[in-house]
Amino acid sequence: MLHDRDRIFTNIYGLKDKSLKGAMARGSWDGTKAILEQGRDWIIDQIKASGLKGRGGAGFPTGLKWSFMPKVSDGRPHYLVVNADESEPGTCKDRDILRNDPHHLVEGCLIASFAMGANAAYIYVRGEFIREREALQRAIDEAYDAKLIGKDNIHGWPFDLYVHHGAGAYICGEETALLESLEGKKGQPRLKPPFPANAGLWGCPTTVNNVESIAVSPTILRRSAAWFSSIGRPNNNGTKLFMISGHVNKPCVVEEEMGIPFKELIEKHAGGIRGGWDNLLAVIPGGASCPAVRADQIMDAQMDFDGMRAIGSSFGTGGLIVMDKSTDIIKAIARISYFFRHESCGQCTPCREGTGWMWRVLERFAKGEAEPAEIDMLFQVTKQIEGHTICALGDAAAWPVQALIRNFRPVIEERIAAAKAARRVAAE
Amino acid sequence: MSVRRLAPAEVQPASFAFSPENEAWAATVIAKFPAGKQASAVIPFLMRAQEQEGWVSKAAIEAIAARLGMKLIRVLEVATFYTQFQLAPVGKVAHIQVCGTTPCMLAGSEAIIKVCKKRIAAHAHELSADGKFSWEEVECLGACVNAPMVAVDRDTYEDLTPESFAAILDAFERGETPKPGPQNGRVGSEPIGGATVLTDPGLDDGSFRINIVTAAAAQPKNG
Repeated sequence: MLHDRDRIFTNIYGLKDKSLKGAMARGSWDGTKAILEQGRDWIIDQIKASGLKGRGGAGFPTGLKWSFMPKVSDGRPHYLVVNADESEPGTCKDRDILRNDPHHLVEGCLIASFAMGANAAYIYVRGEFIREREALQRAIDEAYDAKLIGKDNIHGWPFDLYVHHGAGAYICGEETALLESLEGKKGQPRLKPPFPANAGLWGCPTTVNNVESIAVSPTILRRSAAWFSSIGRPNNNGTKLFMISGHVNKPCVVEEEMGIPFKELIEKHAGGIRGGWDNLLAVIPGGASCPAVRADQIMDAQMDFDGMRAIGSSFGTGGLIVMDKSTDIIKAIARISYFFRHESCGQCTPCREGTGWMWRVLERFAKGEAEPAEIDMLFQVTKQIEGHTICALGDAAAWPVQALIRNFRPVIEERIAAAKAARRVAAE
Repeated sequence: MSVRRLAPAEVQPASFAFSPENEAWAATVIAKFPAGKQASAVIPFLMRAQEQEGWVSKAAIEAIAARLGMKLIRVLEVATFYTQFQLAPVGKVAHIQVCGTTPCMLAGSEAIIKVCKKRIAAHAHELSADGKFSWEEVECLGACVNAPMVAVDRDTYEDLTPESFAAILDAFERGETPKPGPQNGRVGSEPIGGATVLTDPGLDDGSFRINIVTAAAAQPKNG
């Protein structure tokens, strides 16, 4: 288990002083100027060496992403945009960073912006996080007042940090949809290329990072890349905020080491499975778009990118949705399909039409009102959606359905057979 | 995607204008963006209009389009695309947004919705008989470890049971603002009964503070 001294988010529950003073007492903004004095290349090299992978779900190496920004400006300004549009069901870590421990993020914004030659950054907070946005703004105002950021700050890198917000669209968590939204448009993803590092916000070089990725970077630079990469295992480094929701005794957010065994994570922090380990049915390990796995698949797994890939799922955001045996797994996945149907931006036909189609079929499956042959047909349709859309929402909608069929097919078959038998009895 | 239309003409007000305070606020929002990029302010403007009037009317959309120099269709697109914008009047005292996505569903959001149907109105977006309340089921509000939860205005009410939720409705009914946050005794997202981590006093007395960069600078250089 991770020791408290190696935890980055020291006030994630908001039980301690949330002010700048409190954060500084816990180590934020310590020697930030000395870090910037090491230079852009040093910072990017350290983040690369730390093995930090993006914490927003896709797991793209953060240092590598930063290195894609042009080294020299061609006259266009550079921007850092922080993705705080946290909406993946099962995910609620950025909320805690914003409302309880925001100074890590503010400092991270300065450092990352400096490393990418940006003098301005926007934090795009989901519209529903109103109190969270207020807390973040308070932290930014404190940093301005203390001259830690601003046009003329003590760090010698002119830097403005702005808070912006959305209005309830999951798709704006996709980076190019977020940029569209930040430009005042509908949040519909852009075709890539060009990638944001070449043409992002207002056509300028832009990097979009998740809140947690930016917020951990100051501590990594202070404690060293070697420290961060020593936690976890190769390819899966560092600490991570895990979110455990659903049928556990004590749902919670907790920062742990990458690769922590599933059982240990649940036992130590979430008080175990409701009704005991034998009562575990399924887990969605990393937010709603990650394939649901059976209890026997995840029981001995390690919670990190490779650990989840090994069991045919993905690590996503680290948000575990735990389901015990009282769960109607078809209904639970149908509700996820409803979510994606609701959140599809409507731009690409396979996603716009397919998400609704999958949801309607799953609603019938949940009642058993289907033919067994439709199971394979549904699977086939998911394959027509996956990979055939501009952004990954189509994929994200297809994966949970595929996983339901792959891992819980007998449940669907039994449901259909039972409904058929009931109809036969009713007819006689 | 969800299909959303503006409210019928008979409920639409004739005009819209920001209050003087909101006018002053509007200038600070536009100042966040480079010159000529004021269209970026459209979402905050629509949201502020909704906070001021309770919902987003056609007149507000037109006024904001004119204010930001945007084509009307562009603002209409934004107002109908983003589901947080209420395009018809909502309950005067409270509009209850119940999160119904899977993590909340597993924790009992269906029972919360049942209370809404019984106490407020049979259907989402329908006003209660006295016009004070309305409700809707929304998609994941990002408080999954505190499920089930509802959002009202700027606040969230978390870790609900049908009973504690009914008590919140009672409080609104009496004209009070109930205490937001978890309703089961915990402060935030820590496990109920107390945090399992962040208990070491070393976190607060500075003994865990390490900075390799400043430490290296403080070291005397060799020969």
